[in-house]
Amino acid sequence: MRASWAVIRTIAKRELAAYFESPVAYVFLVIFLLLSGFFTFTFGGFFERGEASLAAFFNWLPWLFLFLVPAAGMRLWSEERRLGTIELLLTMPVAAWQAIVGKFLASWLFLVVALALSFPIVATANWLGDPDNGVIASGYVGAALLAGAYLAISCLTSALTRNQVIAFILAVVLCLALILVGFSPLTDLLARWASPWLVEAVSKFSVLTHYDGFQKGVLDSRDLLYFLSVMAYALFATGVVIRNHRTG
Amino acid sequence: MIKVENLSKSFGSKRAVDGVSFEVGKGEVLGFLGPNGAGKSTTMRMITGFVPPSAGSVSVCGLDVQENPIEVKRRIGYLPEAAPSYTEMSVLSFLKFAAEMRGLRGEGRRSAIRRVVELCHLENVLGQAIDTLSKGFRHRTCLAQALIHDPEVLILDEPTDGLDPNQKHEVRTLIREMGENKAIIFSTHILEEVEAACTRAIIIDRGRIVANGTPQELKARAATGKLEDFFRSITRSDTVAEAA
Ligand SMILES: Nc1ncnc2c1ncn2[C@@H]1O[C@H](COP(=O)(O)OP(=O)(O)OP(=O)(O)O)[C@@H](O)[C@H]1O
Ligand SMILES: [Mg+2]
Repeated sequence: MRASWAVIRTIAKRELAAYFESPVAYVFLVIFLLLSGFFTFTFGGFFERGEASLAAFFNWLPWLFLFLVPAAGMRLWSEERRLGTIELLLTMPVAAWQAIVGKFLASWLFLVVALALSFPIVATANWLGDPDNGVIASGYVGAALLAGAYLAISCLTSALTRNQVIAFILAVVLCLALILVGFSPLTDLLARWASPWLVEAVSKFSVLTHYDGFQKGVLDSRDLLYFLSVMAYALFATGVVIRNHRTG
Repeated sequence: MIKVENLSKSFGSKRAVDGVSFEVGKGEVLGFLGPNGAGKSTTMRMITGFVPPSAGSVSVCGLDVQENPIEVKRRIGYLPEAAPSYTEMSVLSFLKFAAEMRGLRGEGRRSAIRRVVELCHLENVLGQAIDTLSKGFRHRTCLAQALIHDPEVLILDEPTDGLDPNQKHEVRTLIREMGENKAIIFSTHILEEVEAACTRAIIIDRGRIVANGTPQELKARAATGKLEDFFRSITRSDTVAEAA
């Protein structure tokens, strides 16, 4: 068990270093901070809301992450396949699941760091007014889980192809689907034709439905379970893809 | 130490490896010869556990590769065909990574790195990013990775590919020396290498073993006494195969 964790850590460490050894990490962080600031303070109506909260920031995150998380995750396995290092990695004494988990954790940690760097927005809200920091904290937990779910899906698409662009596009499409099944403008429209319970049942699969709970400051174990199962399923599927690809 | 039994691999309807059996003991260096596409790399990938066989079995140090993949991988050092490596890393951090993956830490890791750096002559490029290295140095970096845990079994897919004549000579000598207390399989297209480094050679053609013997035995089977002539007489080139 200890040895198993050590291997995961070694893989994660290398993966994290790879982000910072290339410009990817810095470009990503700058774009994330610029865009999240931009959306929060302009379209989000941070000041016009007349309340001290981070709703403006969190409301945009599912859409911002929709592009940024697949961009951060697209190289995870496709690069490994393109360089041929997957042959090196998987002939070292590791189980495929350890490699998958190690890579996933490294990227997730990176995304969580990016999220943490948005703290000036929290500071601004606290400086301007008196926000409920408990709600903000639960909002961040939700955002981290959302990033993890998108990331696991990006892992999966990245294992499917050696082409990073294809991996990116597939991940965006899949994540978008997970948003849209619970996106109220669309579900309201659908509810006119389909029976409401059907629309509601489908929207249970949406990341938005579960993400919103956290934004209200409600920590529901069902929401937590939802995100964890999306991650578990996607990572499990990644394992299946990697095994099949080797079988030829 | 390596036992391959009736190993086969099909890709779709194509049979890349077709019922290959052989054994390699400790102290043996097995040269793997054969024309392009004969199935050498595929066989090696099955021995290292990267590709699962369609049929047959491989055991390394008495352990079945399918049943005990991790234990088997611990005992093998593997140089894949194109000598892949994480190109954004420096040579040193790449070797550190490989050592850690093999469970080496602290002083054990340091001395292992020192050893392979010396063996593969990487002293002057340690801090350099791998993607700025010349092909030969990239190849040697990947070879160093295969030797880092001083494995009992070495599988080297074209270890001298892309090396200059001096390095080729060094690597051959290295293989011969290491072969004295390891089991080594290496593939090559350079027939002199077989005589220089192998205790035994296998020639494989379209997935089947067509010859198996010491370099002397194989040479003796050609009228001219040259290994090259024997190789050409026993394997068919693609053009001939197409016509047949
Ligand atoms: N993943 C794969 N999918 C489909 N066919 C494959 C795959 N890998 C190998 N092959 C086929 O299997 C056959 C054997 O390939 P292999 O790489 O083992 O040859 P080789 O003896 O190593 O050749 P070379 O001397 O060129 O390195 C080839 O016909 C190749 O096209
Ligand atoms: Mg080959």
